[in-house]
Amino acid sequence: MSTVINPVIAPTPAAAPFQPGPLGTHITIRGLTKYFAGWPLYEDFNLDIPKGKIVSVFGPNGCGKSTLINMIAGLIPIDSGEILFDGKSLAQTKIGYVFQNYREAMFPWLRTIDNIAYPLRLEGRSKAEVDARVEELVASFDVKFDLKRYPYELSGGQQQTASIMRALAPGPEVLFLDEPFSALDFEMTLFIREKLQEVFMQTGTTMLLVSHDLEEAVYLADQVLLLTKRPTRVAEILDYTDARPRTVDTLSEPSFIQMKKLSLEIFQREVRK
Amino acid sequence: MTVSTATGAAPASSPASTAAPPQAGMSKPPRKFDASRLLPLVGPLALFVVWDLVVRLQLVSPVLLPTPSATIVALVKGMAGGALLGDFLSSLNRTVQAFLIAGIIGVPLGVLLGSNEKAYRSVEFLVDFFRSTPSSALIPLFLMIFGVTDMNKIAIAAFAAVLVILFNSAYGVINARKQRVMAARVMGASRWQIFKDVLIWESLQPTFVGLRSGVSMALVIVIVAEMFIGSDSGLGNRIINSQQVLNVREMYASILAAGALGYVLNILFLVLEKRVVHWSGR
Repeated sequence: MSTVINPVIAPTPAAAPFQPGPLGTHITIRGLTKYFAGWPLYEDFNLDIPKGKIVSVFGPNGCGKSTLINMIAGLIPIDSGEILFDGKSLAQTKIGYVFQNYREAMFPWLRTIDNIAYPLRLEGRSKAEVDARVEELVASFDVKFDLKRYPYELSGGQQQTASIMRALAPGPEVLFLDEPFSALDFEMTLFIREKLQEVFMQTGTTMLLVSHDLEEAVYLADQVLLLTKRPTRVAEILDYTDARPRTVDTLSEPSFIQMKKLSLEIFQREVRK
Repeated sequence: MTVSTATGAAPASSPASTAAPPQAGMSKPPRKFDASRLLPLVGPLALFVVWDLVVRLQLVSPVLLPTPSATIVALVKGMAGGALLGDFLSSLNRTVQAFLIAGIIGVPLGVLLGSNEKAYRSVEFLVDFFRSTPSSALIPLFLMIFGVTDMNKIAIAAFAAVLVILFNSAYGVINARKQRVMAARVMGASRWQIFKDVLIWESLQPTFVGLRSGVSMALVIVIVAEMFIGSDSGLGNRIINSQQVLNVREMYASILAAGALGYVLNILFLVLEKRVVHWSGR
């Protein structure tokens, strides 16, 4: 009678337990994997993004800076891994996204003001609520151009301003900015940079900024996230703690210059690897 | 000395000059006759001159080619309440009916197929095949189905137009700017909201291209059908009848009328497109 009545089934190997990030973490990325054309771009990538901070993403060409924030924002599907916002899924989280190419992000069949109000209407808010919120945004952005115009009638900087207003309209928990200044002239870049800082100081919205300009990346950042070449890992996370509001003078402060220099060194080290 | 007078004079005159003349210049541009606006007339005029010379020099037998002035007179007389007007209106009527049928079927079906790429892929071959088939080749087939009726001419013209319209609308949806769709999605739009707030709008411009090609196609087929499917009215019928009795003046006048109809329809849709798809090309 050697029948085994209760076979011992090997316990399924426990999946690596989810490790929460440190206190104050907003976005937790665990085991993120993404292949492009058979090659790993991200493999078992882990990252904690703090709440109420501006994080600038910087790294070598093709390391997938934009891909990273697009995956977090749900615009590009991930192969495996987990991304949580304060423990919630993306679907339960309100996000805003500012594209580099504002021309193809705004809806040219709507007037600019209706573009800004669009996410509010999607939420099914009443007309009065929508109007009130739009008015609030117009006041805080100190808009000087005519929002009754169609987006294609505005300058590039005005369009990008409007598209940032649109992204902020519903009061997102996280704001993603994918090279928002690259298509703008210097004057507009300065203006929008200041506006973003103002909004951030007012609302404390977590922001993720992809930039190819190191000065810009450091200037706005609380944290500079430096990435390696692919397969992409975190090279270094630098904290930049100069007080806000930062101004043009900040650009010549020793602490800023020091920060920029350090970032550049790490960047160059990674590029040469 | 000269320098000081120049600098001295400048401030005195500049307020006046900056205040008045530029503004006057803005509101009242110098009324100069712009000859370049007449350029589009050069081609037609040249054609008429060459045509006239060919007839006068008897390079072509006058039995085959009337003078342009005689043709124009026949055209104007015919269109001012003559028999030509009746045929013109009946061709127009058939074209409009065929076009309306094609548009009412083609646009919604195209948009629907375009928004479901699998559905479109499964009928793509049929659409492309019949779009490439000269519709006039199908006239005998339609004759068997509809007989020698007015409906036959409208049906085959509608069939020809519907494929062009459907194809353009479907591709308009398929080729919608991905980033606009993403922008809507990231703002939390549902599939239905993306469809009605983005895809439909993105498809408008190609849809207009389809409608414009469709109305031209419908006119072509209507004229052909009027020629070869027993008909007692329409420009096609008039052209072939005048040809049979060598009434070349009537024939050329009818051809010009058909050309004018096609041209005006095309312009009409261009203007409409500019109005509706105001963002196109910007």
